Amino acid sequence: MQISGAEILVRSLQEEGVEFVFGYPGGAVLEIYDAIFRQQQFKHVLVRHEQAAVHAADAYSRSCDKVGVALVTSGPGATNAVTGIATAYMDSVPMVVISGQVSTPAIGLDAFQEVDMVGITRPCVKHNFLVKDINELASTIKKAFYIAATGRPGPVVVDVPKDVTQQLAEFHYPESVSIRSYVPVTRGHPGQIKKAASLLAEAKRPYIYVGGGAVQGGASAEVTELVKMLGVPCTNTLMGLGAYPGDDRQFLGMLGMHGTYEANMAMQYCDVLIAVGARFDDRVISVPSHFLSQPKKIVHIDIDPSSIAKRVKVDVPIVGDVKHVLRDLIDLMKQNGQRPDAANLAGWWKQIEQWRSYNSLLYTPSTEFIKPQSVVQKLYEITGGDAIITSDVGQHQMWAAQYYPFKRPKQWLNSGGLGTMGFGLPAAIGAQLANPNAQVACITGEGSIQMNIQELSTAKQYHTPVKVIALNNRYLGMVRQWQEFFYGTRYAESYMDALPDFVGIAEAYGHVGMKIENPADVEGALREAFSPALKERLVFMDFRTDQSENVFPMIQNGKGLDQMDLPPHMRELQIAPFENNRDYGNMC
Amino acid sequence: MRHILSILLENEAGALSRVVGLFSARAYNIDSLTVSTTEDPTLSRMTIVTHGSDEVIEQITKQLNKLIEVVKVIDLNESDHIEREMMLIKVRATGKDREEMKRMADIFRGRIIDVTEKTYTIELTGTSDKLGAFIEAIDRSVILETVRTGASGIGRGERILKI
Repeated sequence: MQISGAEILVRSLQEEGVEFVFGYPGGAVLEIYDAIFRQQQFKHVLVRHEQAAVHAADAYSRSCDKVGVALVTSGPGATNAVTGIATAYMDSVPMVVISGQVSTPAIGLDAFQEVDMVGITRPCVKHNFLVKDINELASTIKKAFYIAATGRPGPVVVDVPKDVTQQLAEFHYPESVSIRSYVPVTRGHPGQIKKAASLLAEAKRPYIYVGGGAVQGGASAEVTELVKMLGVPCTNTLMGLGAYPGDDRQFLGMLGMHGTYEANMAMQYCDVLIAVGARFDDRVISVPSHFLSQPKKIVHIDIDPSSIAKRVKVDVPIVGDVKHVLRDLIDLMKQNGQRPDAANLAGWWKQIEQWRSYNSLLYTPSTEFIKPQSVVQKLYEITGGDAIITSDVGQHQMWAAQYYPFKRPKQWLNSGGLGTMGFGLPAAIGAQLANPNAQVACITGEGSIQMNIQELSTAKQYHTPVKVIALNNRYLGMVRQWQEFFYGTRYAESYMDALPDFVGIAEAYGHVGMKIENPADVEGALREAFSPALKERLVFMDFRTDQSENVFPMIQNGKGLDQMDLPPHMRELQIAPFENNRDYGNMC
Repeated sequence: MRHILSILLENEAGALSRVVGLFSARAYNIDSLTVSTTEDPTLSRMTIVTHGSDEVIEQITKQLNKLIEVVKVIDLNESDHIEREMMLIKVRATGKDREEMKRMADIFRGRIIDVTEKTYTIELTGTSDKLGAFIEAIDRSVILETVRTGASGIGRGERILKI
């Protein structure tokens, strides 16, 4: 029986086991919306702006193991989606974005709501398709899901002209897909894995550096097993947080621009580094030449060959699925009884403990102003460290990363690569739908939240009781921090005047609003927000925080990992420089 | 250093723009690019002449391989290869230049493929260097226009780029 292109599309999504489609209707996708209306298998979530549809689908995917799906109309619907697509692309999130397109005869004629979606998104998708033939619609959807979820994951755009959704054809959904030009590698090269094992066994100062690839690749258990088996220190990138349990002693904290002192010093002074699904990006290692000025052997495990040797030359590249490669590495080292020398390792740990003892995340408490860090710490306490946390971008994002030690992968959702303000709230909605029983909190700022605040309406419609923790310092905080440090305290356009009454906004959307101005009220307010009485409600918490607080440690542009700007309490300390030739054996 | 890359890719709409877009987005250089279908109509073969350090060329190759529609990429510089480029050059051929142009075309084994009262159009094939040498060898003021195809390359002997 012949069915319409729109029905073929909907049936294809059903075949893929799609639970939620996040979207916004419009002229070019009316046929598709009609087909969605006439089915019950998946739910459609109506957002208030297309960017939010893509962020919600993205966070849905990040917080479970499925491909997120967004649906937008042509023209402005499509262009509004682009920021969300680029966000997912930078963080390698598997997603299928379906955009409507004007009818095929109108393409190229500057038709109403026409935009070259395939052209616009080409640089920020893993792949994209324009479906001109209804007979290729089902197979294209199949390919899109396959490409999105395999190899290094990423968003795939399928642009569907309106006439294709109206035409009729038989529906055959392919059972499998094979693309001759796309064959992702899974297993790592055994010879390279052997080299990695030997390097680790001979290491005096080994270090495991874990990125978002381990989260997306589901390799958290293997990372933990390797680190525990060898007794070595481990760090996670901003994207990797949760891949190794944040509350474990072998975890040195996040590294990078706002990483802990010990995580960054260990990165600079290790002698064997195992990089797992991480990409040595500028916010992590800063200047490659300075990073490499301290000699070290580097093993780089990544599914994407182009991530290897992009910024840093490595000694042992291993292309493969991190989960498989780590499994093989662990098994090999077990089998051969390979372990780093215990005395060397003890010496290395002694040095690390010395670095750790400076407590680089210490801040000065206040009874006058709410310290933003203390809000995150209280949130951790009250949620038992179990909540799914989404964030926006800026100081609050860094404080969330620093002061909420994530226990498990897929618990921390943020726009690490693109740094998209406005991600947090729609992401929280997507994550809540994927995890209906989880506590979901969005840590945000008064700047970021206003970039997608209209999604409070979506949250009301779909009963997603997320808790919005706004660290409101009346400044675009990170911009202000840079202006304080590098622009002679000239706070150009970083002060937010005429802020709305967030409590009033929350209430107007039908939610609960709270304004917290006194440090003594922080805990009580959080307890109330997470109490059973408000379990089913979205609570918007407007914390008026210390305006002058900065994020430390910080590595300035052009500086190295061991050249951090330190928090005030560390500036007076006489910290001995690291000595490469120190006899670690004797230090134990 | 100059590198000549041979790329086999799906003969699909948009594949070319993905390759070109990659070069501009990542600030790689394209000195020349040629593309056409192969004996298998589902495949296109592209030759890109580019330059950059070894690290840059390695990244270019990896990034190209990452494109879904790219089937295979080889750097022809890695071993023996042959490259040819074709140029059509229209020159003023009047007075004593008329004889001189004929003579130069012969020396470079070019063919005069169009003749008018005042002009010759010469077809010249060879390495890009040879075409450049021809332009250098003749008087600049007689050149009316030049069209070059960009280099096409192929590995020597048993070195074959195929699925």
